[in-house]
Amino acid sequence: MATLDLGIDQDVVASPVRRARRLGPLFWIAIGWMTFVFALAAFADLLPLPSPFDMDMLERRAPISAEHWLGTDGLGRDVLSRLIYGARISLIVGLCAPVIGLTIGGALGILAGYFRGRFETLVVGSMDVLLAFPPLILALAVTAYLGQSLVNLTAILGVLGIPAFMRVARATTLTLAQREFVIAAQALGANHMRILLRELLPNVFLPLFAFFLLGVAVTIVVEGALSFLGLGVPPPISSWGIMIGEGRESLEIAPRLAFIPAVTMFLTVLSFNLVGDTLRALTDPRQGAL
Amino acid sequence: MTEPALLSVEGVSVDLPTPRGNLRAVDQVDLSIGAGRTLGIVGESGCGKTMLSRAILQLLPKKAKLSGRVMFDGQDLVHLEPERLRKLRGRSLAVVFQDPMTSLNPVLTIGTQLIETLQEHLELDGQAARMRSVELLAAVGIPAPEQRLMQYPHQLSGGMRQRVAIAIALSCEPKLLIADEPTTALDVTIQAQILDLLAREQRRRHMAMIIITHDLGVVAGRTDEVAVMYAGRVVERAPTPDLFKKMHMPYTEALLAAIPKIDARPHTPLPAISGRPPDPTRPTTGCSFAPRCRYAWAQCHGEKPRLEEAGSPGHQFACFRPINTAAGVPA
Amino acid sequence: MLGFFARRLLYLVPVLLAVSLLTFLIASLLPGDLAYTILGDQATPEKVAALRHDMGLDQPIWWRYLSWLGHVLQGDFGRSFRTGQTVLQAVAERLPVSLELMLLAQLGALAIGIPLAIACAVRSGSAFDRFMTGSAFSMLSVPAFLSAILLIYLFAVELRWLPATGYVPFHEDPIGNLRSFLLPALTLALGEWPVLMRVLRSDMIATLQEDYIAMARAKGLKPSRILLVHALKPSSLTLVTVTGINIGRLIGGTVIVESIFALPGIGRLLLSAIFTRDLIILQGVVLIVALGYVLINFIVDMLYAVLDPRIRHGHA
Repeated sequence: MATLDLGIDQDVVASPVRRARRLGPLFWIAIGWMTFVFALAAFADLLPLPSPFDMDMLERRAPISAEHWLGTDGLGRDVLSRLIYGARISLIVGLCAPVIGLTIGGALGILAGYFRGRFETLVVGSMDVLLAFPPLILALAVTAYLGQSLVNLTAILGVLGIPAFMRVARATTLTLAQREFVIAAQALGANHMRILLRELLPNVFLPLFAFFLLGVAVTIVVEGALSFLGLGVPPPISSWGIMIGEGRESLEIAPRLAFIPAVTMFLTVLSFNLVGDTLRALTDPRQGAL
Repeated sequence: MTEPALLSVEGVSVDLPTPRGNLRAVDQVDLSIGAGRTLGIVGESGCGKTMLSRAILQLLPKKAKLSGRVMFDGQDLVHLEPERLRKLRGRSLAVVFQDPMTSLNPVLTIGTQLIETLQEHLELDGQAARMRSVELLAAVGIPAPEQRLMQYPHQLSGGMRQRVAIAIALSCEPKLLIADEPTTALDVTIQAQILDLLAREQRRRHMAMIIITHDLGVVAGRTDEVAVMYAGRVVERAPTPDLFKKMHMPYTEALLAAIPKIDARPHTPLPAISGRPPDPTRPTTGCSFAPRCRYAWAQCHGEKPRLEEAGSPGHQFACFRPINTAAGVPA
Repeated sequence: MLGFFARRLLYLVPVLLAVSLLTFLIASLLPGDLAYTILGDQATPEKVAALRHDMGLDQPIWWRYLSWLGHVLQGDFGRSFRTGQTVLQAVAERLPVSLELMLLAQLGALAIGIPLAIACAVRSGSAFDRFMTGSAFSMLSVPAFLSAILLIYLFAVELRWLPATGYVPFHEDPIGNLRSFLLPALTLALGEWPVLMRVLRSDMIATLQEDYIAMARAKGLKPSRILLVHALKPSSLTLVTVTGINIGRLIGGTVIVESIFALPGIGRLLLSAIFTRDLIILQGVVLIVALGYVLINFIVDMLYAVLDPRIRHGHA
């Protein structure tokens, strides 16, 4: 507002205060939940859990008991155990796939944003092609041809994430490349390698990492959707998506079979979103936070 | 002034909460303007003159706190219910903002922005509103007004846009027009044209006008009365001829000296006012101009001077060390 | 305007070619031989070789791509070897269902998102604003298949107001048709409105601080006109872009929702093609969906230009 000469950019002054406050209890609760789920998934084998595959036809859809803390599912399998082993799948796919996107997309984005020119056109163009497919459709089609397996699933979801990471890395690099410290390094005669690795990479990494966390949330959702449709990891491996899909069949008699994994998944996705979004707000160089 | 004023601002203060504390943008300002008269409000940027205009219009930012009374046509605008205030705005109380680049809506045509005002306040059908819009655009000196109605603001030059903004402000024959730095954002060559246009239309329509500016030169020949603001307060107020003949406030003198002289010898350094305006979040005990004033003495730093009439009738100033008085110029 | 239109259109050509190439490569390079798939595992090598020759599978890959592209350009996307239906027939049959679903979902999302965004922007920072922003953020973490299950449980199992699955053609029973679309569309809308609301809210907050809004208030306009005309229109630019970007998500969501609610749309066609390994249909559907998606994004770009006269007149 040009005419409010006494406005003193209130928002600009106020925003660091608001940002600092955003790292409030919710942020730490989210971190806590992520750690909790991660620990359970990592140490599932050490926990005194019944096997997630053992069926007990006499104990189908058993209610919550001392033996089955969260009851049993339609085939008499322990829900808690399947939930924890399912967390493994969600987290493996959810963490590994975005790593692919982060590495390839991040590298392409930094290079494109730094070198510009024809290389940038090529990268952006090929990403446009990848983006021309609705992501879930492409994932479905490729899984259909490749066959269902954990590795295939992770690879596909990883490749699908490349364009988004590329965009973030490129946008951040474009902003940073005009900053004084990069220009100063160039003026001092630093070579491309040095500028890329020493000046740009450390500064691009934080925004990318924040975006990575959001990518984890998205990947967990897409993995869930594919598994829900029966096109994710092959049975009898348990996954939250599979559990929700199976639970749907018995919504009328035992809605908890769908709702327990649903709530678990929601909380996990929400936690990653929350932490990712908080970090993104903190690290976005366009807001002058760096 | 014996007749009741059209607008009288009585003890108006504006406080803005900021992270650094309370910011008093306008401090106990009293002003008035009679029907058909012209008042100039002058001060450097940051002195609170724009906030004062927003306070008169009741267009302050949401967080701002306003105290005092703004009497317009017998009604206190501060406590007027929103619906009746809305009926006044644009109808009898109009404004021209500083920057015509931002004050016109970029996604609506000139015609829409003119006609909507007309139809809001006057009972005109579409055809009549169009006709009147064309007349208005022609009156403010816009060529080919019919075609302009269909155009968007970005298709017009800055000067043309300000003419459109003036046409909008004039559209409902307001009793008072507030022109908030109407020429600051424009090329120098356009500035005089716009000011002359405003003066001409004011005389023709017998409306009162407040011109807000940082440039004493702008108000010189075009106002009946001038109020000089500094750090949120009115520090000197006088009939225009009187002020220019015999200014009493050192700040006014400094403002006048800051206008580059056309007849100055080449490479004369511009006489800028030294120092910066005080931080409005830190209230001072004495005169707020004292730190920058070359005449200031002990009393100026310890005590706040009141705005009082002295010398000629209608001439008020707030200073312990006035210049051009019988008491003699301070050494 | 025309220059802008032509430039964007020209850019589409290489993108569309690359899309067709990628679709073709996915189907051709990945493991699994179409002839074996059609004939089954017990087929004799001679039979397989004969079929491969008939289908042109023994030709070099670039030749196969060009001949496939040639057919596609003439509108021949192939024919299912299971049902004998052509891809175009199958798609034409299912497309109205998917389009109706997406349209209703988008309208629903806008109907929820726009009023909430305006209400939040007007009272930004208030308890209401914080609550709605928080809710929108949480809703972003609820995938379509979760809200579908929640809605089915609520409206079909507990309240028994609406059918959980099933589809009634519009020309048979318009009311029943809308009833059968209500839950699926609502499911998708629940996933969409938070995105729209967040974008519009922040744009709207910025717009409300513009001088021309102060000007509109100084003109004595009605608050409703200030919000809906002066503030909403300039704020809706990003909304349009986001709506376009989100169509990709929406198409993905359609597949899931059609499967859950048993709606005979493109998504179900795609899924059944996957489950029955009907590769010609699969390839055709993926290509058609991608083409449609690219075109929709193109239209969204154009819409953007219509909304913002500055872009239209090349002042961008």
